[in-house]
Amino acid sequence: MQNNDYYVIELVVRNHPGVMSHVTGLFARRAFNLEGILCGRIGDGTTSRIYLLVKNDDFMDQIIKQLRKLYDVLEVSLHDDYDYTIFNNLDTLLKPKNNG
Amino acid sequence: MKYNGAEITIKLLEMHGIDTIAGIPGGANLPLYDALYKSNISHVLARHEQGAAFIAQGIARSTGRPAVCFATSGPGATNLITAIADAKLDSVPIIAITGQVPYSLIGTDAFQEVDTYGLTLPIAKHNFLVHSINDLFSIIPEAFNIAQDGRPGPVVIDIPKNIQTEVLEFEEWPQLEKKASARSFLDVSQIQPIVKMIHNAKKPILYVGGGMIHSNASRALYKFAEKNNIPVAVTLMGLGCFPTDHALYLGLVGMHGARYTNLLMHESDLVLAFGVRFDDRATGNVSKFCPNAKILHIEVDEAEINKLKSSHHSIQGDIGSILEDLTPYIENMPRLEWIQEIEKYKIEYPFVLPNEDDVFHPINIIKYVSRNVPEDSIIVTDVGQHQMWTAQVYPFKYPRNLLTSGGLGTMGFGLPSAIGAALANPNRQTICFSGDGSILMNIQELATLADLHLNIKVIILNNGHLGLVRQQQQLFYEEHYIASKFIRNPDFATIAKGFGIPSCNIAEEGGLDTLAEILSEKGPYLINIPIRQTENVLPMVPPGAANTEMIGGEHHAK
Repeated sequence: MQNNDYYVIELVVRNHPGVMSHVTGLFARRAFNLEGILCGRIGDGTTSRIYLLVKNDDFMDQIIKQLRKLYDVLEVSLHDDYDYTIFNNLDTLLKPKNNG
Repeated sequence: MKYNGAEITIKLLEMHGIDTIAGIPGGANLPLYDALYKSNISHVLARHEQGAAFIAQGIARSTGRPAVCFATSGPGATNLITAIADAKLDSVPIIAITGQVPYSLIGTDAFQEVDTYGLTLPIAKHNFLVHSINDLFSIIPEAFNIAQDGRPGPVVIDIPKNIQTEVLEFEEWPQLEKKASARSFLDVSQIQPIVKMIHNAKKPILYVGGGMIHSNASRALYKFAEKNNIPVAVTLMGLGCFPTDHALYLGLVGMHGARYTNLLMHESDLVLAFGVRFDDRATGNVSKFCPNAKILHIEVDEAEINKLKSSHHSIQGDIGSILEDLTPYIENMPRLEWIQEIEKYKIEYPFVLPNEDDVFHPINIIKYVSRNVPEDSIIVTDVGQHQMWTAQVYPFKYPRNLLTSGGLGTMGFGLPSAIGAALANPNRQTICFSGDGSILMNIQELATLADLHLNIKVIILNNGHLGLVRQQQQLFYEEHYIASKFIRNPDFATIAKGFGIPSCNIAEEGGLDTLAEILSEKGPYLINIPIRQTENVLPMVPPGAANTEMIGGEHHAK
């Protein structure tokens, strides 16, 4: 599904407590807008994948370059073709199994 | 063999060639200090952790090699923050190793606990919180690599106390990997378009900065510029990468650059932006910077390319090696027309110097000092008007002769950085130009200077004000002077003597001869020189204006 307003940046990162801070801190101090974030471990747990929902604007190029500079970020890739319904329905994560 | 975490840390630092550490001990790093006690590394006890980190900066900036500073947890770590941020902005390789409360106490608001890792995230090139003693074997070497690789920068290592005291049994020390050279290699297909751009340009200008110094590229720059006769404009951080007395030298560009330099840049049709980041102090209003020029940006940090200004062509790589590869393909071009135009601009829009009889004009004092110290002296400045005057007129000959806080502009940088520079370069003279505002910010390091008896002359250009603030209030805030004049002025000569540093005031005529005498002797000395309170640094580009919209510094035809 395509959504031209927003891109998903996929990061493969070293898995340790500080990594999230590095990534989100980058957005905060450069005043880039971060619309959504999902993260989970991969494989044996030494690395994780982070998915960032980011508005497609003039800063995209800088964001990618700055993310690449982070020592704990191993891979960066940009996706404009993704299932945007996931980010719009995050509350379904906690939906109760039974009704009533 | 069995060693504890602290001993492992110290041994790894020794293996990386560290021979001096500046720091202050405290509860959370006592084990590290105990290991240091048994080591050959010498320790410099500063009087404020900010001082310790600037001492490390002085060593790193003057030698190009990484330097280490120590601080304890809590207030020790927070006191480092300014100097770490300063190192980040000026790309200085320092490694700050902080003690931390035991791992089990982290997050409990323990005594002297702060989130050092979290606090330093935005201001360091990278940070480590050591989770296990085994990690030290990878973290310390990685820290050195990160600090020096590509664009240098500060690295913070936070070591919890329990890890410092934990004992590990292991077979052998790790072999340090030989790091691959930082050299960039250009092939002919990359070289050709660049050479074409340069040969086709009628009015090329080199705009060079700190990257030249970090890459040790001065020799390569000299050959390149001379071969094709391209004039050289430098940023504050690039001063010293090209000899100031060379015919092609245009001097400082930007906010306090000479009139002819800023105007010539505007005329240029090709700007060779090498080792620069288009910082606003150098470019002025960046959308109006060099509007007639194509821009060739060669820079090691990819994120700086096209960050603030679009380039026509760019290469990510090490400028020193790139210039070496490029120069053989560059033609010898006399560029007579362009050189003549440059000479015309220099005559029509000269840098206005004060009358030479005005002996106590700060510019004349700075020039007087330069005539009375060896060429290889290290010049350190604090921040403010004195810094800008030094940048404008001091005749730097070699890279790493000038140590100055550019990106962060930290008052208080001068004295401790001079201490670091003098420690790392004991056979050279170190001069610290400071102001009455800046010197007070790390004045406690006079005690450190007295301990070490280093060859540093601290020269305070005293105008009783926060000079650059007063100037801005005069020029842009309708002379609404507030909080820029000091009500009372301390007697710095007396204060220095109290710290055990010889000192004097130089105020009367003939006083400058005393200065020459002092400069010729070895050892620490503090010299207070009152200067006129209303001097301004000119020309000046108003903040937000284009570099061509300079105020002041105009030559009036006789």
